[in-house]
This record gives sequence, structure tokens and C-alpha cells, in this order.
Amino acid sequence: MMKKRKERIDRGIKARSEDIFALSSLREMIYLLIPRAIPVLGLLVVSPFLSAYWQEVFISTAIYALLAISWDLLASCGLVSLGQSLFYGIGSYIAGALNYYLGWSPLFTIPVATIGGGVLCTIFLLPVLRLRGIYFAMVTLVLPLMFLRLVEATRILGGTEGLTGLDSFPTQLTALYVIQLALLAALFGFRRIMGSDYGLIIMGINDNDRSVMNAGINIFWYKTQVLFLASAVGSFAGAFGTHMDMFAGMPGFALDYSIMPVAAAVVGGMGTFAGPMVGSFILVPLSEILRALGALRIVFYGLFLVVFIVALPEGLFHYIQRKYHQFERWVEVEK
Amino acid sequence: MLFGTLVYGFINSSILALLAMGFNLTFGISGVANFAYGAIYIFAGFLTWIFLNSIGINYFLSVGISILCSMIVGILVYQVIIIRVRGLILSEVMATFGLGLVIMELFRYFDFVGFRYTLPVFIDGSISIGGVYVDYQRLFIALIAVGMTLFLYFFTHHTKIGLSFRAIAQEERTALTLGINSDFYGALSLAFGSALAAVAAIVILPLGTIAVEGGYEVLINALAVCIVGGLGSTVGILIASVLIGYAQTFTANYLEPHWMILVSLIAIAVVLIVKPSGLFSHQKELEERI
Amino acid sequence: MNSSHMLQVENLSKYFGGVKAVNSVSFDLAEGELLGIIGPNGSGKTTVVNCITGFVKPDSGKILYLNQNITRWAPYKIINLGIARTFQMVRPFYQLPAFKNIIIPLYSPRVKRLAGGKYGDRDAVALDLLEEVGFERDSFVSYKVASALPQGYLKRLELAKGIALRPDLLILDELFSGLSLAEVASIVPIIEKLRFQGKTILMIEHRLKELFRIADRVIVLNFGEKIADGLPKEVLDSEEVKKAYLGSEEG
Repeated sequence: MMKKRKERIDRGIKARSEDIFALSSLREMIYLLIPRAIPVLGLLVVSPFLSAYWQEVFISTAIYALLAISWDLLASCGLVSLGQSLFYGIGSYIAGALNYYLGWSPLFTIPVATIGGGVLCTIFLLPVLRLRGIYFAMVTLVLPLMFLRLVEATRILGGTEGLTGLDSFPTQLTALYVIQLALLAALFGFRRIMGSDYGLIIMGINDNDRSVMNAGINIFWYKTQVLFLASAVGSFAGAFGTHMDMFAGMPGFALDYSIMPVAAAVVGGMGTFAGPMVGSFILVPLSEILRALGALRIVFYGLFLVVFIVALPEGLFHYIQRKYHQFERWVEVEK
Repeated sequence: MLFGTLVYGFINSSILALLAMGFNLTFGISGVANFAYGAIYIFAGFLTWIFLNSIGINYFLSVGISILCSMIVGILVYQVIIIRVRGLILSEVMATFGLGLVIMELFRYFDFVGFRYTLPVFIDGSISIGGVYVDYQRLFIALIAVGMTLFLYFFTHHTKIGLSFRAIAQEERTALTLGINSDFYGALSLAFGSALAAVAAIVILPLGTIAVEGGYEVLINALAVCIVGGLGSTVGILIASVLIGYAQTFTANYLEPHWMILVSLIAIAVVLIVKPSGLFSHQKELEERI
Repeated sequence: MNSSHMLQVENLSKYFGGVKAVNSVSFDLAEGELLGIIGPNGSGKTTVVNCITGFVKPDSGKILYLNQNITRWAPYKIINLGIARTFQMVRPFYQLPAFKNIIIPLYSPRVKRLAGGKYGDRDAVALDLLEEVGFERDSFVSYKVASALPQGYLKRLELAKGIALRPDLLILDELFSGLSLAEVASIVPIIEKLRFQGKTILMIEHRLKELFRIADRVIVLNFGEKIADGLPKEVLDSEEVKKAYLGSEEG
């Protein structure tokens, strides 16, 4: 009996739309445009028409998506972060403190918190960049949980109550658009970076760091840059969230912000940035719908995480991408 | 006051050491990541409680079965999850961490919350050591910690199984060529680590209540000790436990209890600056991994 | 201590646990020379190279490159001084096409500096480099994914990665291993061309016949110690060297 195997071949239209040939016909351009248009249009056009409640869910999802994208950038470099909440919490507190104690408006607190948070978190994590990935995972896991207890114990920055009564955005719509633009900027920006030769170096570091070191590249400098970018994005999410909730406090370091991005990335597909975004847009609304189940939320994230890592490690986005770009057929195994 | 602090400091260090050792056994020594450690600790605690109170089995049997069940959970974790991602340490970490979350939050969901969840102490009462009253349970913890340390040292250096654990962590392929079945010993090390978690739970939980937060605490503390002492180094774990344990106790007695957390944080910060891989670790920096 | 030497290794020692991998090894390398390092397996050849290039920190001893003490420097710093090395076990980025593998070295500070800050099309430079090491320009082999290339091409890819850094000193760790006679014969001219360009070369090799044809001088290591240093012919005749490789007559 002839044995068969599955063969995957790029679709004709994919080959035809490589490089400059994409401009050759409307069909090819549409083929390329659709995957990019969906997030842009989907977000920008649809969101204002959602009900107020769902707009809030949407914004919350976008915040988590930013954390997930930040996670993905770190993971592309071989740094697995189990503590995205570190970035969120730091960004949140910086923005909150600037607003609470100095009265700065969100227009200023958010950018300052983004950069400042990025710098601060990079400094915290700098020592572990030289070690194996597991240390990065351990330290990122432990730090936010410790900061949490630190705030609780020393009662600084508002202690258990946190900083309340902070300024919000002028309108819900403003907030909606700010976060979406940030999300799209992060998504397309990071994809662009990773698609360029810079991304090649980053992926090289992940794949075979010894080889990249041997090419005369200072891999720690590159890792530091990636860490800064990722933590700045995470801090932005925290700063933004602070002004959305008009509150900065211990929940900023909560496990939620650490787990969800990882689950989203695993579900959606690591390494693609779009994947974690897709993952967030599935998991967060879903968990919102299941809100009635309370603590089950984290069980839920955890389950998704475990099941997907074991069963579909490539993630949804890779799967969809594969189907979009390639078709499969059974082929007889040649002797 | 000083003597009391010294005594209680030792007990605190013992608790930390006990917690860190099970974690260290699997990751540090066998190279298998098990971030579900805190969950298994809590699991053992709740299971024992269920056997004791809901089913009514006697104490020793409950304890025994709980330890056994924990070992089974450890083996299952390996067979179901880790085997599929073996070698991809970061996937191991994420998957086991996810699993740990599921377990702990499930307990919270099924309402295992409240003061009635406690485990009985072995012997009631306390003894006076040089004028300081120490309850028997705490003494027992210290005893078990010391015993466990000695046992583990002997085990990893002088028994076949222990040496196999170290072999698969150091050089898996060579170990395989020597006939050491990596998967078998990986699963075994996870089982042993889980058993240690269970023992720690049974001895330590009587001091308070069994709470889901405790599971997270355990993971944090174990990680903190391992970060400071160095993964894989039993000596490092011990010294780190003593350092952190005493520092915490001194802070609690001479300053204020809520500064205790600061101690661990400072310890980690110092280690990260001075020797990131841990005080006594054998890890070489990235560049030296040929 | 002759300061006209390009590379000076003085009393280099490295212990791994209780094992003396390298035991007080000293040698010099003059500019433009092709020095071979030979010795039985486990004699410490690769460890010496790892120490020189910074991948392993020696326990004692000094390494001087162009009279600068580079002992214990980080690898990327040493490489940017002008030393390049290939690895014995070639590990390209398997998912990438061959020419993309060469792009990363082109981003090192050294290359940026030597190219005067502006580079132009790195892809084109990569393809040229591959052609220099024998990837036929007309075929599409340069575009093939690294995982699809046979060992001969992978070795040449590894060599190209080293050349891309425009080194003055090139260290080749068992470049010829795993290659057929014909493949070795086709790589030798590439090495000779590098010598004509004035590069200094250090080669660890097991294939003595092929090495001795091109080496100016050879040093022999055995159990981490240097047991011979001289012209290939002299070294071949040395009793100690014969004993190291073949064992002694008795038994």
C-alpha cells in the first residue's frame, strides 16, 4: 500500500504577491491588505459603536493586548517574562504618583511613566540578562509579588488603599482611540522591527546566542534594548490603566497581569505579535462573559495555557496564517 | 530577647530551607522545572484535611496517603505535561506554572477558604529552651529540616538514583548513553520533589491555616531562596535560608514585622548586583556555555 | 618576548573541575603565518582557542593580541579587534537561507567601522561573500535554507561567517572534519587566497596530510601540554609526537 504524507505548498497568490509584484494586480494587493486591514478597521471602526459596557471591556482587552505584545517581544529574544505585572505596576504607580502628588495631567504622566517605567524596569532586570532564561523567568515572577507585599507592608504610595481620585481622560472616546492607536502602533511597529535585520539579530540571539556573540555583536546590549522597549510598552499600559480606573494601587502588581499575556501569547501564537493580540481578544472578553464564575477566571487562563502549550504549541495565529498562505495535499511517498 | 531571636531565627530558616529543598531537587538538581510546587504544597495540605475531617481516617494514614498522592501528581505532571515539552525549559516553566494556578484557584473556587482549614500539630505544648518557650511543632520542623538536608545530601551524592538525577541535569545525552532513562528519572525527581513539598506542608501548615495564598507564598519563598543561594546548590540553599531566615526574624523582633518582606527583596537585589546566578551557584555566565 | 608577534599566548592554563584541560601552554603567532594546532582528541586544542576568543576564561596565563592584553575580555570585544573563529560543530541558523546567515556578522561594530559607516546592500555583500567561499553564483544554493545544505556547504558557510568580519586573524577549528578529499581540495585554495590577502591563520586540525601541505609551522598538544613546536616535517619526526598519537611500542 502506498504511504502518503501531507505536503504544504505556498498558494499561488502568495508567491505572486511577494515583494514588488504585489502591485501587479488588485487581487494581489487585496490579498495582502486583508490581514492587515482586519485589525485596523475592526478596532477603529467598530469600537465606537459598542455599548458603554463593551467599550470598557474593549479597552481592558486592549490593555491586556499591549502587555501580551510586550511579552512577545521579550520572548522573541529568548526572555520569557512571568511578570508582565511588574511593568504594569511600575507604570501605574509612576503615573498615579505624578498625578496624585504633583497634579500632572495624563498628557504628561503617561509619557513620563512610559519612559520612566521602561528605564526603571530595565535597571531591575539588567543583572539577569547575562544568565540563562530560567533566571529571567524566576526574577520576573518574584519581583512584582514582592513589590505587592512591600507596598502593603510599608504603606507607601497609598498602601493598601492606593492612590484614588486620579484624573481620567476627557471622554471615553478619547481613551478608546488613544489605546487603540497605541496598540496598533505597537503591533505594526514591533512587526516591522522584527521583520528587519534588527529582528534577525534578535531572533539569532534567541536561536543560538553563542553564534551571534561570535559575530562580534554585543548581545547584552541588544537584549537591554529589547527589554527597554517591552517594559516601556508595559508601563504605558499601566499608566493608561491608571487613568482609566482613576486609581493606582496594589492590584497593579496582580498575578492577572502576568498570567493573561502569557496565556494570550500561547493561545494566539508566539512570535507574531498579532497572535498575542488575537489571544487577548479571545481570552479577555471570554473571561468577562464568564465573570460570574469569579476566581475561575485564573483557572481558565491557566487551563488555556497548559492545554495550548501541550496540544497546539504553535498557537492559533500561526495556524490561521499557515492556512491562509499555504494549502495542503496528500502526496504519495516516493520510494 | 537575643536568644529568643536566635532560636526563632533558626526555626524560620528551617522552614525556608524545607520549602526550597523540594523545589531545588527538581529544578536545580534534575533540571526539570516545576512551578506547580506551591500548588502541590497546598494540595497536600487540603488533601490531608479532607482525609482527616471529611472522611475520618486517622492521622498517620492521612499523611501517608497525601504524600503518596502528591508523588502521583508529580509523576502525572511529568507524564502529561513535561514530557511533551521536555528540554524547552521555558515551556516547562509556563506549563507547570499554569497548572499550579489551575490547582490553587480551583481550591479557592470550591470554597476551601476560611479558618476551619487547619492541620493538627503533632504534639501540643511547648518546651523551654534557655528561658525561651518554643512549641514542639516548631522544634519538629527544625528537626525535620535538618534531617531532610542530611538525607538529601547523602541521597544526591551517594545513591544511584540521586546521582542519576544530577546526571540528567548536567549532561542528558551522556546520561542516556550510560543507560540512565532520562524520562524515568525525570518523573521520579518530580515525584520526590512533590513528596518533599507534601512533607513540608504537613509539618509547617499546622502553624497556621491552609490558605491558597500560602501556595503563592511558598513559591515566592522557594524562588527567593533559590535565587539568593543559587539553583542546584544544596549548600547555597541552606546558607541562603539561614541568611534570609535570620534576617527576617531579627527584623521582626527588633524593627517591625512588616519590614520582613523587605529583607527578602534586599537579599535578592544584593545577589543580583553581586552575583546574579546566586551566591553558591555553579552556573557560569552565558559566555562560558560552550 | 618578541613584540612583532601578532598573538602571544603565555602559560595558559584552564581547569575544568579536576581536569587540567590546558596546562601552561605558550606559543607565538607571527603576522601572516599559518600555524597549525594538532593533537589527539581531548588534548585541549579547542579549549585554547576558546580562551583566546573569550568564550572561556582561563584560570591563569596571559593572551596578548597586537601587544594588547586580551585575557578575560568578552568575546564580542575580542572579535571586534579583528579575530574571527569558526566552530567545530557548525550550527547555522537552520531556518534561514544561507545568505541571511551571513548578515548578522555584517552588523558588528567592526564591519560598520571598516566599511566607513555606510554599507549599502548587505544582502549583496552576503551573496558576494558566499561566492568567495565557493557557493556558485549561478545556482540558487545561496538562497537555500541552511537546513537543506550538505555538510560541505555548511562548513563553507561557517568560513564565510568568519571572513565577513574582515578579521586579521582567522581561527579555524577543524574546518576539514567531515569533508571528503574533493571537498577539502576545493576549500584549500580559499584558505590560500586568504593568506595572499595577508591574513594570519590558526588552524586546529586532525587531517594532518592536508594541514601539513599549507601550514608554515605546527604545534602539538597532548593532555593539555605543548609537546612540540616547529616545522611540519620536524614535528612529524619527533618521537614524542609519534608516541602521543600512536602509543608507545610496548604493549
